[in-house]
Amino acid sequence: MKQEIALLIAFLVVFLCDTFASAKAAKSIPAVACMWMAAVTVFGFITVPDGTETAFAGMYATSKVMYAIKNILNIGTLIVLIQSLKWAGSDFVAIRRGEFYELIMLTLLGMSLMISSRHFLIFIIGLETASLPLCALVAFNKNRYESHEAAVKYVLTAVFSSAILLMGLSYVYGLCGSLYYDNIALSAGSGAGVMLAVGLAFVIAGFGFKISLVPFHLWTADVYQGAPTPVTSYLSVISKGSAAFAFLVVLTQAFGAVYAQAWEWMLYALIILTITVGNLFAMRQTNMKRFLAFSSISQAGYIMLAVVGNTAMGVSALMFYVLVYVFSNLAAFGVIGAIENATGKVDMTDYNGLYSTNPRLSFTMMLAMFSLAGIPPFAGFFSKFFVFTSTLSGSGSAALYVLVLIALINTIISLYYYLLVVKAMFINPSDSPIATFRSALSERAGMWVCVAGIIGLGIASYFYDYLLTIV
Amino acid sequence: MEITIPVLILAIPFFMFLLLGLTGMKMSPRLAGTLGTIGMGTVLVLSYYTAFTYWFSGNPLFQADGFRLPVEIFNMTWLQFTPALAIKIGFLLDPISALMLVVIPTISFMVHLYSMGYMHGEKGFQRYYAFLSLFSFSMLGLVVATNIFQMYIFWELVGASSFLLIGFYYTLPSAVAAAKKAFIVTRFADLGFLIGILVLSFYTQELDFLPMTLNPQEVFADFGGTTFLGCSVLTWALVLIFSGGMGKSAMLPLHIWLPDAMEGPTPVSALIHAATMVVAGVYLVARLFPLYMLEDAALTFITVVGALTALYAAVVACTQIDIKRILAFSTISQIAFMMVSLGVASRGGEAIHEGLGYMASMFHLFTHAMFKALLFLGAGSLIHAVHSNNYTAMGGLRKYMPVTHITFLIGCLAIAGIPPFAGFFSKDEILVACYANSPLWGVWMSAVAGMTAFYMFRMYFLIFWWDNPDYAARVKEQEAHGHHASMPHESPITMTLPLVFLAIVAFCGGWIPFGHLVTFDGHEYNIHIDWSVAGPSIAIAAAGIALAYILYFKKNDRPARMADSCRWLWTAAHHRFYWDELYLFVTRRIIFDRICKPIAWFDRHIIDGTMDGFAYVTNCASQAIKGLQSGKVQMYVWWYLIGAVLLGAITALCIL
Repeated sequence: MKQEIALLIAFLVVFLCDTFASAKAAKSIPAVACMWMAAVTVFGFITVPDGTETAFAGMYATSKVMYAIKNILNIGTLIVLIQSLKWAGSDFVAIRRGEFYELIMLTLLGMSLMISSRHFLIFIIGLETASLPLCALVAFNKNRYESHEAAVKYVLTAVFSSAILLMGLSYVYGLCGSLYYDNIALSAGSGAGVMLAVGLAFVIAGFGFKISLVPFHLWTADVYQGAPTPVTSYLSVISKGSAAFAFLVVLTQAFGAVYAQAWEWMLYALIILTITVGNLFAMRQTNMKRFLAFSSISQAGYIMLAVVGNTAMGVSALMFYVLVYVFSNLAAFGVIGAIENATGKVDMTDYNGLYSTNPRLSFTMMLAMFSLAGIPPFAGFFSKFFVFTSTLSGSGSAALYVLVLIALINTIISLYYYLLVVKAMFINPSDSPIATFRSALSERAGMWVCVAGIIGLGIASYFYDYLLTIV
Repeated sequence: MEITIPVLILAIPFFMFLLLGLTGMKMSPRLAGTLGTIGMGTVLVLSYYTAFTYWFSGNPLFQADGFRLPVEIFNMTWLQFTPALAIKIGFLLDPISALMLVVIPTISFMVHLYSMGYMHGEKGFQRYYAFLSLFSFSMLGLVVATNIFQMYIFWELVGASSFLLIGFYYTLPSAVAAAKKAFIVTRFADLGFLIGILVLSFYTQELDFLPMTLNPQEVFADFGGTTFLGCSVLTWALVLIFSGGMGKSAMLPLHIWLPDAMEGPTPVSALIHAATMVVAGVYLVARLFPLYMLEDAALTFITVVGALTALYAAVVACTQIDIKRILAFSTISQIAFMMVSLGVASRGGEAIHEGLGYMASMFHLFTHAMFKALLFLGAGSLIHAVHSNNYTAMGGLRKYMPVTHITFLIGCLAIAGIPPFAGFFSKDEILVACYANSPLWGVWMSAVAGMTAFYMFRMYFLIFWWDNPDYAARVKEQEAHGHHASMPHESPITMTLPLVFLAIVAFCGGWIPFGHLVTFDGHEYNIHIDWSVAGPSIAIAAAGIALAYILYFKKNDRPARMADSCRWLWTAAHHRFYWDELYLFVTRRIIFDRICKPIAWFDRHIIDGTMDGFAYVTNCASQAIKGLQSGKVQMYVWWYLIGAVLLGAITALCIL
């Protein structure tokens, strides 16, 4: 519980400051929020427990793995907050500056609960705590029409998916008589049959919404495009990553018994659809945020590859993949955000000739694209490698080899569109490239951290080894 | 021992490479050169400290019961693929790596210093120093490798830095061609090395040197019986690994890149293509020597290749005109000496003459590095003065370049094996080891040693004594007009200082009690001169020098007449026995025309066609489904529902 309590305290402090501070003092709210977030992150690293800790009569449990997962999410959130400092300082968000940080912290709290829950009641509370504030965040640019549209689409789909998820859970409850993961696993082990599988399908659909698996992904592109860029990066990295972790916990702890019977093939089908459809759409995008939306859909498919093998190694592969994905995607969003703040441009054609005017930004973007595409020696290559290895080290069936083959072919397709961005920046000529500008210190700091992560995680084996030992 | 110093030894050159490579263009050349030299000087001090601690501290970690022990200072796992297969990066300290920790920084530092003068005013001076640092880093990483995979990584890195430095003058087509040739030939050899590593590690499940070399019988007990094409798997693995060494150390028939590599700046030739990188092959065999001891076939192969190479290179060296090429062939011949020495050191799993050959090989590696670097740097000094690589442009230079002359003479005496110079002691030990194995190799290598003395003094006399009418004319002109612009002159102090230092080492390096420092089993060995071998070999060397004196001391027509008397042999040797032409024929006419062209056609039409088709299908699919993303949230929810229901329904059907 320590991490959640720390986060709650941080949230309350920021909230109280925001409520009672004078207009002048309110300007420092973003910095205060960042510092508190940093403190929470550090706190998570120094309080790692040795064994398992439970709370709420076993409805909540935490362990080294859970701490590692939440630390990854905390780091990602911290980077998002730092990168958003410039945006939060701009005039049109000035009045509600504090709200952005409060809502972000609140959603992160919900996600932590969701991951650590061992009972579906706590899980649903966490899920909704994470979802509802996000709707407000998506609509944060209240003067922009797209922002509204995105928020409406997000709310409607979220409500619908929650309904489906709850219906699935009611099936599960009806069959097993309990919402504890352990009890469900016990009942499922004794052969719960068809209705459990149907219930599970609806649960998976509910998760599919959060992780944006095809065909539950259709909201993604519109919402990513319409939402303010910091919110988009938060959605695409933290929200998705936390849902993937929670999904892994639910599938292995509650439904582990019906792995071969039900969810192996369900995930199998969803992964193929997700990676392929995500790629096919990403190829055609011209808006950078929309482009990254589809790229993140296809990445979600790769993330799920770590789950489908149902191995212990898959857990560490998943953590490593999300960690690398945090750095790579946030680097890309950092560049997009910096350019948007400076010039308001988000189209890929605007990036033509960027290298000649802003070589450092281009370089950062290139690293992010290479890492997302999985080019060695950058971290993305190793995260993909470990994910594939974990898939194959599962049951070792021929079908899983086919799955990895399909994923590999899709990697080639993804290379095409990732390189399109690099080509635009480095090769395509432009009469009027984006003028040279100096990005804010906060934006640069965020990008430096991401670049260090992309390169460092690729070279140093320590982090993956650590994740491997704690599982 | 603390791990700080070993880490620094590797980190400083790497940091220098990054610093000079990334920000070099913003510094003045002088600053870049000074920084690089200071960095290398620091490495020199640290590695001397490490080596001396290893040898002389008497620490029980390094020495027990009179035996020197190999120690892994650190060996961290870099990447754990499977429980058995892990890639590690570490620092192994044992007699031979300590030896290399003395040799590499010494030569590298001398070359750094020397290049300040030699490369003065060259375009890309900073880049040059960055590459030198990269090379030093890679070479040091290679010699301290704790496992064969780390060695392979750094092996490729030295290959890459050698490529960059040979092609340093990238505007010259010949330099570019030489760089490509060196890279391709050594890469080709490294393919064998890699396959050898894979075979070895597949059967032993072991990449680390220490477990492999300490108990070779145990490690290889499991697959002693496995054979392939009549040879045991171990022989195959060892010969394949040796083939990597053949490429790097320019053994026949993979020697063709080394003479061309002389297109690089001369200090680079001294550092990479004479003293350090080219002995990597010898070092590799020495590192794995306990394995080679198990297989007589592999050792015999090494001996034969080495002996043939030594003779071949010595013959060719007698006929070359370019002084750097002469030195290159001399290097090939001397490395072959080291190889032969390793090859004859053992038979039937037993070390012959207490493993003398192993010790002699390492001894020669050390002395050769010193005097060959000296000779190359001396040649650089000459080239710097006359702006030509050919001895025909030199002649009678002793008056104008006294320091270069004396140091070069010391180098020649050392390589010729005249006591008390360094080369005498190491070469004598090699010959003793050869005779101990078989008189054939003893006589053979003695003959090559005599030829060495001949061709070195041929070069020496031609450069420093043989009259050069051009200079005489210029002297007259100078007397007449009173200006002295075009006369050759002695090089600056940054260049002569390394020459003097190396000359001192080449003079007295042989007096080091080498047998107490580096031996095959870590046990001390007392070197004693076996006069029944040393006497004749001195006589042969003296005869070679005398012959060179008769032919080349004063300008005369005897050399031309001798060449005429056996013209075909002279021409063939001058053209290096047509190896390059043979390679060109094989690659162009056979490989390119008969094999590559059909494959290229297949690649262009079938493979590219498939990929284009793949791209076309992808594009069409993308086009076809774009309506899915309609922007209407009602449709989104419909798809959502259909997905969920289908998922549930199909699962239900499957279970029922």
